[in-house]
Amino acid sequence: MRKIFASAVAATASLASVAAYAAQPTPWQTTFQPAATGIMEQITWFEHYTLWFIVPITLFVLFLLAYCIWRFRASANPVPSRTSHNTLIEVVWTVGPVVILLFLAIPSFQLLTAQYSPPEEAKLTIKATANQWNWDYEYQNAEPLSFNSAMLAEGDRAAAGKEDKGAYPRLLAVDNEVVVSVGTLVRVLVTASDVIHAFAMPAFGVKTDAVPGRINEIWFKADKEGLYYGQCSELCGKDHAYMPIAIRVVTDAQYNTWLAAAKSDLPGANKALMAETDGAAKVAAAGN
Amino acid sequence: MAGAAAHDHHDHKPKGWVRWVYSTNHKDIGTLYLIFAIMAGCVGGFLSVMMRWELAEPGIQIFHGLASMVYGVEGDAAVDAGKSMFNAFTTAHGLVMIFFMVMPALIGGFANWMVPIMIGAPDMAFPRMNNISFWLLPPAFILLVISAFMPSAPGAHGVGGGWTIYPPLSTSGQPGPAMDLAILSLHIAGASSILGAINFITTIFNMRAPGMTLHKMPLFAWSVLITAFLLLLSLPVLAGGITMLLTDRNFGTTFFAPEGGGDPILFQHLFWFFGHPEVYILILPGFGIVSHIVSTFSRKPIFGYLGMAYAMVAIGAVGFVVWAHHMYTTGLSLDTQRYFVFATMVIAVPTGVKIFSWIATMWGGSITMKTPMLWAIGFIFLFTVGGVTGVQLANAGLDRSLHDTYYVVAHFHYVLSLGAVFAIFAAWYYWFPKMTGYMYSAAIANTHFWVTFVGVNLVFFPQHFLGLAGMPRRYIDYPDAFAGWNMVSSYGSYISAVGVLIFLFGVFEAFSKKRVAGANPWGDGATTLEWQLPSPPPFHQWEQLPKIK
Repeated sequence: MRKIFASAVAATASLASVAAYAAQPTPWQTTFQPAATGIMEQITWFEHYTLWFIVPITLFVLFLLAYCIWRFRASANPVPSRTSHNTLIEVVWTVGPVVILLFLAIPSFQLLTAQYSPPEEAKLTIKATANQWNWDYEYQNAEPLSFNSAMLAEGDRAAAGKEDKGAYPRLLAVDNEVVVSVGTLVRVLVTASDVIHAFAMPAFGVKTDAVPGRINEIWFKADKEGLYYGQCSELCGKDHAYMPIAIRVVTDAQYNTWLAAAKSDLPGANKALMAETDGAAKVAAAGN
Repeated sequence: MAGAAAHDHHDHKPKGWVRWVYSTNHKDIGTLYLIFAIMAGCVGGFLSVMMRWELAEPGIQIFHGLASMVYGVEGDAAVDAGKSMFNAFTTAHGLVMIFFMVMPALIGGFANWMVPIMIGAPDMAFPRMNNISFWLLPPAFILLVISAFMPSAPGAHGVGGGWTIYPPLSTSGQPGPAMDLAILSLHIAGASSILGAINFITTIFNMRAPGMTLHKMPLFAWSVLITAFLLLLSLPVLAGGITMLLTDRNFGTTFFAPEGGGDPILFQHLFWFFGHPEVYILILPGFGIVSHIVSTFSRKPIFGYLGMAYAMVAIGAVGFVVWAHHMYTTGLSLDTQRYFVFATMVIAVPTGVKIFSWIATMWGGSITMKTPMLWAIGFIFLFTVGGVTGVQLANAGLDRSLHDTYYVVAHFHYVLSLGAVFAIFAAWYYWFPKMTGYMYSAAIANTHFWVTFVGVNLVFFPQHFLGLAGMPRRYIDYPDAFAGWNMVSSYGSYISAVGVLIFLFGVFEAFSKKRVAGANPWGDGATTLEWQLPSPPPFHQWEQLPKIK
C-alpha cells in the first residue's frame, strides 16, 4: 500500500517534471514555450488575443489588394474613376484603428501593471550578477549562499551526470542550476560586472537587462516543478550565445534539503537533487 | 550672339572623371549615390548570406574557417576569433544596410534625382554641398571597412557591438581601435546626411516652380521634406552620443561608465532618440515612392492627398517621442513604460491611413501590373505584416517575452528589408527608364520580383516562430531545437541572393540591349513633372520654369 502510494507520488511528480522538460524550445515550435507562471500565462493569452486582431487585419489588406488587382484590372475597367476624396471613409479608417487600439490597450496595460505588481512579499531574494560569460547567483538568506553558473561543457556531461541531452540540451544546460521551490515568490536582483547582459526565462515571462552600476528587480512565482532554460538576451561579446540560465523548480522539502546541503557541498547537493527529480522522471518513463 | 553663347553654356558638360568627381549636377550626384548604394548593398547582402550560412545548422559551420582565412589564426583561437567575427558581421550588416545602402539609395539617389525635377527646379539649392554630401560617403565606408581588420576585444577584430553600439561593450568591452574607426565612420556619414538634409529642405522650401504650393507638391517631395527634417533633428543627437562614447574611450570621461558616475542607459536614450526617427527616415521616402507608383498604374490621382501628406508629418512628429520602446527591458519605471506603449500605438493610426489610402487609390482605377506596381503592392502587403507585428511589440507587457529575440528581427526586416528595400526596387523599375532612357526586360524584372518575394519571406517569416520559441538575436549558435526554422530561413537567404544576381543581370541586359524607353513609358497615369521631360532628362532641366495650374 505504502509502495503504491509512493509510486503514485513519484508518478505525479514525474508528470510535472516530464511536462516541465517542455519548458525549453522544441523542434519546429511556432508558439511560446508552455507557461510556468501566472504572468507568462497572461502574456500567452495576450499574444493570442492580439493575433485575433492582427491576422484578420493582414488578411483583410491582402484581400482588398487582390480584389482591386482583379476587379479593377485595366481590361475589366478601362476608364478609371477620378474619385480622390471621401470624407466619411477617411474618418472611418482613422477612427476604426483608434477603437481597435483601445481594445488592445486595455488588456495590455493590465498585463504591464501585473508584471510590476507582485501579489505578495518575496520569500526568497536571489541576486544574479552577469559576467562575460557566466552568471553569479547569491541567495540573500540569513546565511548567504553563492555560486557561479556556467554553460555545461560537452566534455563535462559524464562527470556531472547530465548525459541526457533531452533534459540537459546542448547550449542550455549549466553546471549549477538555480534551485527554487514551487509556488514561492522569488525576487531576482539583476546586475552585471562588465558589460550589459540580460536575464531571461521564457517560460516565466521575465526578461530584464543586467546593467553594470544598476540593479533591476524582477519577480516570478513558478507554479510547476521542472527544469527551465533561458539564455542571455543582450549582446555581450564573443560568447553571448554561451551563457544560459537554468532554474530548477522543486518541492519545498526538496528545496530545503538542497539548501541545507548546498552551503557546504554544492556539487553533492545538486547531485542528490538530480537523483531525486530526474530519477522520478525515469521511473515514470519506465512505467509508461 | 549672346543667346548662342548662353546656349553653348548650358549644354556644356564636363568630360571624363571631372564630370563625376567635381559634379554639382543633382542627376549625376544621384547616379553616383545609386551606384554607391548598389555596391554597398552587395557588401551588406554578402555579410547576411554568410551569417545565414553559419546559422543553417547548429554548431559553428564557417566562421572559424573565415576567421582563420582573414586573420590567420588557428585552432581554438580561430573558433574564438570566429565568434567575434560573427558579431562583427551582424554589426557591419546593420550599419552598411542602413547608412550605406538604404539612405544613399532613397535620399541621395532617388530624391536627388527626382525631387528637383518634380518640383520644377533646375537643380538642388546648394550644388557644391550636394557634391560634398556624396563624397563624404566613400571615406566613411572605407573607415568602416578598415575597422573590420583592426583589433577590438582581445583576440577579436572588427566592431562586434551591434549597430546600436551600447556601452560598456563598445567602450571597455572593445578597447581596440576598430570601434574608434567605426565611430568616425558614423560621424562622417552623419555629416553627409545632415548636409543633404539642409540641401533638401532649402530646395523644397525655396525652389518650387511658380504655382506649386506645398499642398500641390508631389508626395515623394513631401516624404523627402519630412525625412530631411527627421535627419536634421535626430542625427546631431547621434553625433553627440557617439562623441561622448569616443571621449569615454580615449580621454578618460565617464559619461556612460558607472564607476565614474555615468550611466550606460544614458547612451541608449541618446542612441534611440536618433535611432527611432532613423527607422522612419528609412521608410518615409518609400511611402512617397509607393504613392506615385500606385497612382500611376491605377491611372488615378492619389486618394486623400492631404491625409497622405499629413499622415507622414504625424508619423515623423510622433516618431520623435517613442524612442524608449526599444528599451522596455532596461529597467524603465512602470509609468515610463505605460507612456511609451501609448505613444507607440498612436503611430499605427497614421500608418493605417496610408495603407488604406493606397488601396483606395487602386479602388475604381484601371490597373496594369507592370513591374514597379508589382513591387509597390508587394511593399504594401509586406509592410502591413511588419506593421502589425510592430503593434504587438509596442505592448511592453508582451515585448517582455519578445524583446531581443528573433521576433524583433523578423519584425524590423519585414518593415525595412521587405518594406524599404521593396520600395527601392519599385523606384528603380519605375524611374530606370527615365534616368537612363532605356527600358529593362520586364520578364527579367518580374522574375527578380518573384524570386525575391519568395526568398525574403522564407528568410523572415520563420523567424517569428524562432522568436516566439525564445531564440535570442545575435547568436552564432543555438540549441538544437531551433534547427528546423533556421534551416528554412537560410535557404530563403540563398534564394534572395539569387534574386540579387537576377537584378544585376537585368541592369546589364537593359544597358546592353538599349531599348529606347521614350519620355513617358507608363502612360497618362504618370502625371508628375519628370515624365514631361525626355528620357534621360537634359543635363540642365527647366530652363523655362514649368507653370503649375
